[in-house]
Amino acid sequence: MIAYLLRRLLYAVPILLGVNLITFALFFVVNSPDDMARKHLGDKRVTTEMVDKWKADHGYDRPLMYAADRNGLARVSDTLFAQHSLRLFLLDFGRADDGRNIGADIRQRMGPSLAIAIPHLLVGLLVYISVALMLAFFRSTYIDFIGVLIAVAMMSISAMFYIIAGQFLLGKLLHLAPISGYQGGLEGFRFLLTPVLVGLVAGLGGSVRWYRTLFLEEIEKDYIRSARARGLGETAVLFRHLLRNALIPILTGVVVVIPTLFMGSLITESFFSIPGLGSYTIDAIRAQDFAVVRAMVFLGSLLYITGLILTDLSYVLVDPRVRLE
Amino acid sequence: MPCQRHRFYKKALIARSLAILIVLMVTGCEQSILNNPYPDDAEQNVLYSSFSERPKHLDPAISYASNEYAFIGQIYEPPLHYHYLKRPYTLEPRTSTEVPKPQFLDKDGNPLAPDVPLVEVAFSRYRITIKPGIYYQPHPAFALNDFGEPLYLELTALDLKDIQTPADFKQQASRELVAADYIHQIKRFSLPNLHSPIAGFLGNKIVGLEELSKTLSQVSNSQPGQVIDLDDFPLPGAQVVDRYTYEITINGVYPQFVYWLAMPFFSPMPAEATRFYAQPLLQQKNITLDWFPVGSGAYQLAENNPNKRMVLTRNPNFHGASYPTSGTEGDRQAGLLVDAGRPMPFIDQAIFSLEKESIPIWNKFLQGYYDRSGISSDSFDQAVEFGNGADAEVTQELSDKGVSLQSSVATSTIYIGFNMLDPLVGGYSEPQQKLRQAIAIALDMEEYIAIFRNGRGIAMHSPLPPGIFGYQEHHQGINPMVYDWQNGIAVRKPVSTARQLLAEAGYPGGRHQTTNQPLSIHFDTAASGPDAKAFLDWLRKQFAKIDIQLVARSTDYNRFQDKVRSGQVQMYLWGWNADYPDPENFMFLLYGPNSQVPDHGENSSNFQLPEFDQLFEQMRNLPNGIERQVIIDRMVELFYRQSPWAGGFHPQDFALQHSWVSNVKPSHLAHDTLQYQRIDSELRARLRQAWNRPVWWPLGVLVVVVVLLVLPAFLLAWRREHQLPHGRRQ
Repeated sequence: MIAYLLRRLLYAVPILLGVNLITFALFFVVNSPDDMARKHLGDKRVTTEMVDKWKADHGYDRPLMYAADRNGLARVSDTLFAQHSLRLFLLDFGRADDGRNIGADIRQRMGPSLAIAIPHLLVGLLVYISVALMLAFFRSTYIDFIGVLIAVAMMSISAMFYIIAGQFLLGKLLHLAPISGYQGGLEGFRFLLTPVLVGLVAGLGGSVRWYRTLFLEEIEKDYIRSARARGLGETAVLFRHLLRNALIPILTGVVVVIPTLFMGSLITESFFSIPGLGSYTIDAIRAQDFAVVRAMVFLGSLLYITGLILTDLSYVLVDPRVRLE
Repeated sequence: MPCQRHRFYKKALIARSLAILIVLMVTGCEQSILNNPYPDDAEQNVLYSSFSERPKHLDPAISYASNEYAFIGQIYEPPLHYHYLKRPYTLEPRTSTEVPKPQFLDKDGNPLAPDVPLVEVAFSRYRITIKPGIYYQPHPAFALNDFGEPLYLELTALDLKDIQTPADFKQQASRELVAADYIHQIKRFSLPNLHSPIAGFLGNKIVGLEELSKTLSQVSNSQPGQVIDLDDFPLPGAQVVDRYTYEITINGVYPQFVYWLAMPFFSPMPAEATRFYAQPLLQQKNITLDWFPVGSGAYQLAENNPNKRMVLTRNPNFHGASYPTSGTEGDRQAGLLVDAGRPMPFIDQAIFSLEKESIPIWNKFLQGYYDRSGISSDSFDQAVEFGNGADAEVTQELSDKGVSLQSSVATSTIYIGFNMLDPLVGGYSEPQQKLRQAIAIALDMEEYIAIFRNGRGIAMHSPLPPGIFGYQEHHQGINPMVYDWQNGIAVRKPVSTARQLLAEAGYPGGRHQTTNQPLSIHFDTAASGPDAKAFLDWLRKQFAKIDIQLVARSTDYNRFQDKVRSGQVQMYLWGWNADYPDPENFMFLLYGPNSQVPDHGENSSNFQLPEFDQLFEQMRNLPNGIERQVIIDRMVELFYRQSPWAGGFHPQDFALQHSWVSNVKPSHLAHDTLQYQRIDSELRARLRQAWNRPVWWPLGVLVVVVVLLVLPAFLLAWRREHQLPHGRRQ
């Protein structure tokens, strides 16, 4: 298994390099170093000399990926890509274009993102799987039909609608929770109530349909028929046999997202004014802050790869037939 | 049997506890407010506001944005500021003893008489004396050890283990504000790594600043990473005279310089603070001057988490100030002089919460959780209606809540300009003038303001907005090329006049008179999205009125800027917010040497008319008066005739405030406005309580509905589970 893990970790290097390269190319297709300097210096009274000075101080005066006027390795190493992007592999995120330490910002913003994401994940799993099991239990009945219909309707509605409706209903109409804001500690529960509930409802349709499909696929298999033939009740069949055997596809979807929970949600954080990493990324894109954008994309890719490796490991735990070699 | 009884009692206990909990929740929560985002604020003297974009800079040498001035304007104290109530905007001393007047010097530095011909003036010197007894806010940078040396200047990682903000340091101290602090700040403009946005501009004005920049760049390049001690580098144009007096010397004559002294750029900066924040270990923890200001103003930044909220609290060392005793006509009737002469500030704390979306801001304002609010287009109809006299007033619903509306015309001009270098729409010949005049008539800005800005704005006649010297009202102020004065109002000329002008320009019926090619004009814009599409459709319609085809070229903001800078546009939309209330700050948008091409100046239309430039050079050095007005009128006449801008408007800002807020007068140039405002926190607490009682019954209904939906399913499941084959029950 250790060899397998090492191999996967080595595979991660070219993937991360590729992601870095694509982020770099996409960013600089849209923004030139001149644009970044002007965005930073403002619109008023900015001279060409000031732009040049800003670029030189931030290292954006180098060639993007290939320095034709250099010799040897310096042709590649003395470039914007090499100087700015490769040090990410040492988890050195550097400084944002406004001079702030990106690592410190990420550490500070991780907490609020997790405060939303963890309850959403745990309660969501419980609710989605329960409802999906119920629909699987009543398969081919009107309850199943109506349930699927509602699920399709719910997944067809934009997440934005749920957010606005949630704020309107809980915050404005019923006065039961603050409309937006964030606070740490136990008092923060009031602020998390609406975003978590909204997240749950927004994900209900799609998730229930997905889990229901998984369960229906399993429910037709021989071992279920055997369990029933042994005289087991439907509840026992569902919870003891079906759920356990459906764990592999569930894990595929769940474990992979666990590390990425840190990254936060872009829309939810923005609407509920939650100071997490999702809004950090959005702000950086708006501010054309390449240092933060590349750090967040790199971190996202790294966490996603970690999630995939963890998923593979979790297969071994839930299914003794699986061997990682 | 005992086991069953035990189980029964256990269930009963749980049920009873749950019932008590629910009753407590319902009755208890009836009394408190559950949706209050500020849990511990009952009746506190706190102002609540919001911000949508985190301030990029709080260092006064770098900051150059209004959303940043909202904070640092309360913290830093430049020598001058604007009178809170007087309009037109009037400068008055803040930390200085008086508004300085320039002393003219010849090229050898000898004093000249005030009425000397300006061509003889080589330098202007401003002597500023500050009031003694002004102290900085408590800050660790001022803390000294027993030997009188800075206590926190050589910090180690161990020292900083539990430090997250400057307030976490045990020792906090202060010191008196001195003239050297102002000089230190002026020298900071030249620091190579600071990238002050006005370094280039002021480098040409303040004697020796440009040279100092070059010297410091060389030092920085030769000693990378070394902290530069500005005390080692003299600046001839900024000198300390004595403990409370300093002098700034500028090249030539620049009467508008005095306005710069009211901007945060010229705030004092203690050298102790810059040395303290220069420590690399502090920078690694994001404890920087750009994040934690050190000022002497009425407020200090107690919390800076712009991802969540920013909190200003009273500066315990504030030297004090009194509310103005006089204002403009109507201020007394508006209740703005009730607190005349009373000591300020009135508010203990101001909490600014991050709100990125307009809907939560609006809803929280309606619930009383924000004291003031702007009006987004989404909520405009809910907030404002136009009365019989077409005056805007708040809707009945808001009026019942005691909300009032304040409106003011911004010192800004948004305009649609022509590129005068373009061979089609540019040029200064009569046919080219007529083409631009025809377009100016067709472009109905009143309609634009009504459709796209909910009536919030006034159509532009000249570059000068209301409130700036030189702005003319009534028939004297209308653009006669575009408007006629009829029955006391400006009426836009008919489209037939525009068609006639177009024909005289060589495009009868919108076609070139010799080639018969249709006239097609490009409009470049950075606008995108559904709103932009509606605007561009409207714009096409305006041009179609005179048979001109408009080709809208939407692009991202970066490309748009590039095009304007390189003169590759025909028409474009742009704007300017005043730095200071002087006509020079608007007329320079059309001054030839200030063109975008090739000088990258602010004259985006690249308008270069020698007569206009000559008049501008005369006007900028004159004091406000008849002579200056005559020159401005002549410049405006040239503007009308040449029409380098097709049209535009001056935005009108609408703001709402609750009944518990007083002393608010909109100001677009004054920055230290927070200290004047007052809150009736008792009234606010009472109204909030009344407006935000929790409503529980819909939750009960929801629970019943869910039970009714789920119960049949459970029954069905139970029946299935307990049913034996062949329909028999267990």
